[in-house]
Amino acid sequence: MLFKLSIKNMKKSFKDFAIYFLTLVLGVAIFYMFNSLDSQQAMLKVSESTRELIQVMIQMLGIVSVFIAIILGFLIVYANNFLINRRKREFGIYMTLGMGKWQISKIILLETILVGLLSLIVGIFVGVFGSQFMSILVAKLFEADMSEFTFVFSQDACIKTCIYFAVMFLAVMVFNTLTISRYKLINLLTAVKKNEKVKIKNPILSVLIFIVSACILGYAYWKVTGGITELNSADKMLQPIIMGIIGTVGVFWSLSGFILRVIQTRKSIYLKGTNMFVLRQLNNKINTTVASMSIICLMLFMTISVLSSSLSLQRTMAKELEEMTPVDVNLYKTANLPESYENYYTGKTEYYTKEQIEDSRQPVSYTLETNGYDMNNLKDVVEILIYTIPEWTMETSLGSYYEEAKAQFSNLTYHVPESIVKVSDYNKIASLYGLEGFQLADDEYVVLCDFDSMKNLRDNALKVDSTVEINGKEYHSKYDECKEGFIYMSTSHTNTGVIVVPDTFEFKEEWKEEYFLAANYNAETEEEKREIENGLVGTGNSEFYNSISEKEIELDGFTKIVIVEASKGLATIIVFISIYLGIIFLIASSAILALKQLTESTDNKQRYTILRKIGCDEKMINKALFRQIAIFFMLPLILAIIHSIFGIQFVLSAMTGLASTEELLPSIIATAAVIGIVYGLYFLATYYGSKNIIREEEN
Amino acid sequence: MSNVLEVKNIEKYYGNKSNLTKAIAGITFNVGKGEFVGIMGASGSGKTTLLNCISTIDRVTAGQIIINNQDITKLKGNKLNKFRREELGFIFQDFNLLDTLTSYENIALALTIQKVNPHEIDKRVNEVAEQLEIKEILDKYPYQISGGQKQRVASARAIITNPKIVLADEPTGALDSKSARQLLETFENLNQKLGATILMVTHDAFTASYADRIIFIKDGKIFNELIKGEDTRKQFFEKIIEVQTLLGGDLNDVI
Repeated sequence: MLFKLSIKNMKKSFKDFAIYFLTLVLGVAIFYMFNSLDSQQAMLKVSESTRELIQVMIQMLGIVSVFIAIILGFLIVYANNFLINRRKREFGIYMTLGMGKWQISKIILLETILVGLLSLIVGIFVGVFGSQFMSILVAKLFEADMSEFTFVFSQDACIKTCIYFAVMFLAVMVFNTLTISRYKLINLLTAVKKNEKVKIKNPILSVLIFIVSACILGYAYWKVTGGITELNSADKMLQPIIMGIIGTVGVFWSLSGFILRVIQTRKSIYLKGTNMFVLRQLNNKINTTVASMSIICLMLFMTISVLSSSLSLQRTMAKELEEMTPVDVNLYKTANLPESYENYYTGKTEYYTKEQIEDSRQPVSYTLETNGYDMNNLKDVVEILIYTIPEWTMETSLGSYYEEAKAQFSNLTYHVPESIVKVSDYNKIASLYGLEGFQLADDEYVVLCDFDSMKNLRDNALKVDSTVEINGKEYHSKYDECKEGFIYMSTSHTNTGVIVVPDTFEFKEEWKEEYFLAANYNAETEEEKREIENGLVGTGNSEFYNSISEKEIELDGFTKIVIVEASKGLATIIVFISIYLGIIFLIASSAILALKQLTESTDNKQRYTILRKIGCDEKMINKALFRQIAIFFMLPLILAIIHSIFGIQFVLSAMTGLASTEELLPSIIATAAVIGIVYGLYFLATYYGSKNIIREEEN
Repeated sequence: MSNVLEVKNIEKYYGNKSNLTKAIAGITFNVGKGEFVGIMGASGSGKTTLLNCISTIDRVTAGQIIINNQDITKLKGNKLNKFRREELGFIFQDFNLLDTLTSYENIALALTIQKVNPHEIDKRVNEVAEQLEIKEILDKYPYQISGGQKQRVASARAIITNPKIVLADEPTGALDSKSARQLLETFENLNQKLGATILMVTHDAFTASYADRIIFIKDGKIFNELIKGEDTRKQFFEKIIEVQTLLGGDLNDVI
């Protein structure tokens, strides 16, 4: 009997359940999709080192999932509460018929289980299909082979999703039972009509507050864009953030009053159709929704900024990677090993072997050849020497700017000797890397640096004074700024400084610091390259590797393959986690907004009935309702978009070198699409739900 | 005197074949231009159904309702809405003012949904507010004014569109006796000075006594008709009481 009642209730109030159901389904689907990542097809096809990264990512996603589950749990309890409140009268009738609270709880329990099961099934179904699409995205990010398509279902993710949501539904049941047990019959029966006192704000105050809030926001915007150079520490960041929050709340507090005031003076707009009614609705309702509107706006802002900047970050990283890894391999080893050294940990004096010392006086290619490496595997080989001079440190380079620099960045080490290369050596590397070469006069040098904060420091120093005295001879920088360039490959622009000196510079033997070799693999296909790489740096059965490790010769290196995979993995982890969080934030804010609107539609029902009574036809009423809900949905979104325009710019400039503007457009389009779909779905569900509510017969 | 409203033998049934309820079982009457007609009857007598049918909210099962030479039983959809908007004015027992709008805006809304020129709206609202003596409360919200004032604002909203007929459903139902009297005087004023045609449904004899003519309804049929003629309101009131007594116990509780 109770079961029948539950089913009938659900069928009857299907439109009320729509938002609840939509939220549950989306939640389940997203949850499944992100937790099934490891078993997705693309993951099975990526390389070994990438798979390790994916393991890290999956662990992180697991942690994030707990957080997400908490957000979803709150959301579901909130949405469910809305449904229960809408049905107070129904419960009241059950109680007058003699049903006990426990029996009512049982009805709701059954309903929760039914809705829960249904949404789990539908959600996982949607999730399974969604994850196939996500697989394509994953494949693109990890460059996995997706030429053959197989359908994947992850049992683990499915079970995990079921368990998490079962816990959430359990929480909902507890809440429901609690809510029901607190109800009093008289309140249930008279719950329908509660006369709300209309609070009217002083319109002039509204206009004032609006202008002040707009100014605060404007100043905060300027702070994070135009005045960004002053934002060099974390505590200074707090100011624009707090201003942003205050401005947002202020705008929502005063916006409707402001708009009302402005439009009221334009009678031709104000006194047209239902404009007046819609505006007043807005003015009336927005008062009670300032807090939720502000929160929703800020959440949307987070979603937009996080989604678009992380996507952009990923794209830029991929692009920059190309520039930063111009050759297949870099190898280097310390030159001029001394006979003995003091062990850093034990404090004992240890001795290098003769072989080690011998090897350290020869270039990298010597090591390769003497250990039986086939040099035919490599092509475009360039070898250079990197020097350090004890008296040419960072402090020397900064010259008279040193004191100022130290005051600004006190924790930098200024006493490390600079890396120095001869111009002819550098030009060889530059032509291999496709970088700009240099011509230097006998008393000139060039500083290469592409790491932003360091470049700033060095540029300032070069402008003040670039003269350096070495060996009793004065040198000065050819340019008053650092030049782009690097010797070691890396994931991004991280060269903090290399000094290029003329060939006539006299180096002492003991200044030799490192032998460096850059080369390409003599291979065409990716597979051949991987094979060569295994022979060179592979720890397995590589003859060469066994030989040098036997002699304890330390040879370091970077390879393009390793750098690319590491970097892609990092970017991908960031992208996945931000998409995950972003979408959940989006769902949460849309759902809250939708439920808020539906609650209000119940209050608005009477107003729309009046409109109908004084002769508005359904078309006009629907139009008014549509506009009212559209405005409520658009306001936080519009402000969030304005926030994001500045927020994204800030993120971009904060991550210079990591994300760039030209890569932003596709990310923004992708973000807009995601927001459009989720937000749009909720908007439609709200509109049809509200239409249903205001059309209900008055009892 | 031309007829604004002609109700011709209308019937209204509810339910299905096995369980038929006759809410209206053949009612015929006319309302002339500038007349103030009251309809009285106990609850369940069919007076609200009758008003709903006239106000196009409900449809008749048989018969014709002709307002201003137009058979409204034949109108459908948007034409019906347009007709209701433009030819009819409504006054309800519970005012039905929008709590979010000021008095001015409540009155203006009736015109804005007819897409009247905004400049004209302003002029007309002020005119009608002057006639109903509500000028000083135009900027107030419904919760700031008394019940009588609310009903006068509602009346202003009903007549501002210059309707062919104003339909009032228990207009004094939610008012205290002083406010009720003021409102009825307003109605009299509207009827006599502005020539508004008013059809008022009530079960209160005092309220009914302000009308020119009263139609009594019982069990879906016209039971009696009273015309004020040259009587004073007091005499008319007494006659109404007499009819109510005749009508039987149904109405006794009202007195």
